Amino acid sequence: MTDATPDQIDGAAAKGRLERLRAGLKRRHAKEARFKWAGRLAIAAAMIFLAVLLVRIVEQGHTAFYAHTVTLPVYMDPARIDRAYPQGSNFEQLAAEQQLSRWGIADDAAGRASSEMKGLFSSEMKFVAAELVAKRPEVIGETVPLAAPLSDDADLYLKGEISKETPEDQRRLTDRQIAWLDRMQAERLVGSHFNTALFTNGDSTQPELAGVLGAVVGSALMLMVTALIAIPLGVGAAIWLEEFAPKNRLTDIIEININNLAAVPSIVYGLLGLALFINWMHLPRASPIVGGLVLALMALPTLVIATRSALKAVPPSIREAALAMGASKTQTVFSHVLPLAMPGVMTGAIISMAHALGETAPLLLIGMVSFVPGVPHAIDQPVGALPSLIYIWENASERAFHERTAAAIIVLLVFMIIMNAAAIILRRRFERRW
Amino acid sequence: MIWIYLLILIALSAAAFIGGRELARRRAIGAKPHSRPGQHGAYALIWVAAPALLVLILMSVFSAPLERQLTAAATPDAVAALEPFRRDAFFADAHRVGQGEPALQIWERPLAELLPVEARRMVSIERTLKWGGGIAAILAAILGGLFAFTQIKPQTRARNRVEGWVYGALFVCSAIAVLTTLGIIASLAFDSLRFFQKVPVFEFLFGTQWSPQIAIRADQVGSTGAFGAVPLFAGTLLIMLIAMCVAAPIGLLSAIYLSEYASRGSRAVIKPLLEILAGVPTVVYGFFAALTVGPILRVFFNEIGLFLIGGPLDGLGHYLALVQNQMALTAGAVMGIMLIPFVSSLSDDILNAVPQSLRDGSFAMGATKSETVKRVLLPAALPGIAGALLLAVSRAIGETMIVTMAAGLAANLTFNPLDTVTTVTVQIVTLLTGDQEFNSAKTLSAFGLGLTLFLATLVLNIVAHRIVQTYREQYD
Repeated sequence: MTDATPDQIDGAAAKGRLERLRAGLKRRHAKEARFKWAGRLAIAAAMIFLAVLLVRIVEQGHTAFYAHTVTLPVYMDPARIDRAYPQGSNFEQLAAEQQLSRWGIADDAAGRASSEMKGLFSSEMKFVAAELVAKRPEVIGETVPLAAPLSDDADLYLKGEISKETPEDQRRLTDRQIAWLDRMQAERLVGSHFNTALFTNGDSTQPELAGVLGAVVGSALMLMVTALIAIPLGVGAAIWLEEFAPKNRLTDIIEININNLAAVPSIVYGLLGLALFINWMHLPRASPIVGGLVLALMALPTLVIATRSALKAVPPSIREAALAMGASKTQTVFSHVLPLAMPGVMTGAIISMAHALGETAPLLLIGMVSFVPGVPHAIDQPVGALPSLIYIWENASERAFHERTAAAIIVLLVFMIIMNAAAIILRRRFERRW
Repeated sequence: MIWIYLLILIALSAAAFIGGRELARRRAIGAKPHSRPGQHGAYALIWVAAPALLVLILMSVFSAPLERQLTAAATPDAVAALEPFRRDAFFADAHRVGQGEPALQIWERPLAELLPVEARRMVSIERTLKWGGGIAAILAAILGGLFAFTQIKPQTRARNRVEGWVYGALFVCSAIAVLTTLGIIASLAFDSLRFFQKVPVFEFLFGTQWSPQIAIRADQVGSTGAFGAVPLFAGTLLIMLIAMCVAAPIGLLSAIYLSEYASRGSRAVIKPLLEILAGVPTVVYGFFAALTVGPILRVFFNEIGLFLIGGPLDGLGHYLALVQNQMALTAGAVMGIMLIPFVSSLSDDILNAVPQSLRDGSFAMGATKSETVKRVLLPAALPGIAGALLLAVSRAIGETMIVTMAAGLAANLTFNPLDTVTTVTVQIVTLLTGDQEFNSAKTLSAFGLGLTLFLATLVLNIVAHRIVQTYREQYD
């Protein structure tokens, strides 16, 4: 390069060399571009996976947020209703037979038509009617409109998930039932509305009546126990390790221990819970207290690690200033360091609680796979939890549970998004850069 | 009941704090006190709360076994003569009667008369324990408080004492972590030991047959069950390898792109999105695998199979046409997706820890960015990245929900990703979610598997942390 006048004799050779260099540079730049594109593709792949995951869940789950109700006028036949014990009367049969006769369809001797008609609406109709009769006995002998959810299969047909084109023996509705459903819709006996049952009911064996409230309350109780145990213990441990611990063998062991505990598979915590809390301490199976204890032990290491990094971020000058003013070590930590580290501590706590909320495997081992109807209210009674409900519903054979599984996932994700958003806001608002 | 005790305790503690503070203030008149009145108050509070809490904790841990002991101590002969499980049922019913609920069984002559008697006895034992525990706790609180009040003098170093307590409490918090580890090891080892008494360790680790069915009748075929875990290890390994084939390249490349190429703006968008992917609960991935990825892959392979049938690859075609949803590939691929953000964020940290001077040196020599990454950064970061990948492997073999929902239960010893395989974690869940009998090898084998899993992940983590640590020290 320093040679200003190129040698005339070497001109051809130099030109060749330049050509080679140019070609090499071109190849190298092409390689560079390819590498950059590989990186872009990797990120695009990750983003596509995320998008497909979320879109699929919304696609499968959004139909569970509305449901169909059928309203039939029913003549409360005094001959067939037991006034003393209305729950025992077969209101569904009554409604089905009357609907058939209104349409002029004759039932056969085996009652096949009426039982097919009965199959279109939920058994909830019986309870609605019984409650009405118990409350207002004067309706017996009158014709009253009775409203009940459609049965799960009928509901799926109206949502377009059971197709008329499928051969009759391969779907759960007969041709006749489908024709009736179409007719009911034409006569405006069927209406669709927001599926409140999904949010106000506990689990049920009938998909059209099953809801997530029981599991949400169960998860909330469990998370309350977890937070009450894990947050004080985790913050305390982190303070000791970061601020007080002498540098010795024991402290090293505790530190390595916590790092390893953070990577222990969650199912091992389930085994611990089963052996320790249920078999040895005889705490009630599947109760929020056991679930909360197991999740607390699981959340503890991550909480300690998050709190320690928050404490580490507080500059030593704060500690030195406090100590110089005559504060004791404890006063320094609790009056100066900890308040400054609080946003970080809270963020870590919320994120680890969100993580605990979504954890499933340990819950299965401590018995939260069993069917728990209703809404729980005590921490020593068996409950369901949101993630284990998702697992149970995913395994259910009724197709209507599939959309409800996706809906339960949406509910779970909404809770997690709220918690994470709270953590982000907390971090944005209170975090201090030193 | 325990809530009432806790409320009383809180009230007593508050009283001790206020009383202690006031007393210290009065006694300090005319003297030069060492500690402030509030610190004396805190000292009194600790002496009220700590002994009482200790009593309450001991009571809640030991009251159940103590109650059983007391109940068993004075068992009438007619009840003692029963078989153990009938005796348990009798006491369970006596407990129900004591609570005012009807008995579950109809008991014959001598027992039927004993039932209400025993019920009353159980209720009285329970009541004695409850009240006794509560009164003992309150007594402990009062005694502690009285002791603390005698200590309130101007020259008492209340602040130092309180700080000593605080230090002790914080140390106990850290010690819980060690206790957890000990608890895990103890609970796994105890039940594993019982398992290995029934099934030899060698047979468990090297046997190639897994069918943990214990017969209900003694003469049933295959009544002993087979506990060779090799098919489970192979299945776990296969799914882990598939997952790493997805997660390692995508995670690593995206980390490189994020740390070396991406602009500030795109980093600010992509990183939170990856965090969302990391925050999705595994049960959701399991649902996604079972109902989306599985069917898509099955249809894909079935179509290829149908296309191949009749051609030169007829046999392969027939095989592909019958591939099922629950193949190893489904679970492995989805687990790989789950691990992408994990690998990516760990590698990102490690790449960022490589000193800028190495990059600058490479650029100064005329290298392009990709050459710098491939020839300088990756070799420098290799140990760290190996550590990150090992951590991902440990996550993959311990992952439960995806495989439980998307992999099968058949313990096939195969490395074909289109076959169904089962994993260690799937078997633990299957063995422990049905009826449990804690003396059968079937249930106990879950603890043997759990111990193996725990030790494997522990070794992986220790090795990975060691690698990362040694590497970091070079540049710090």
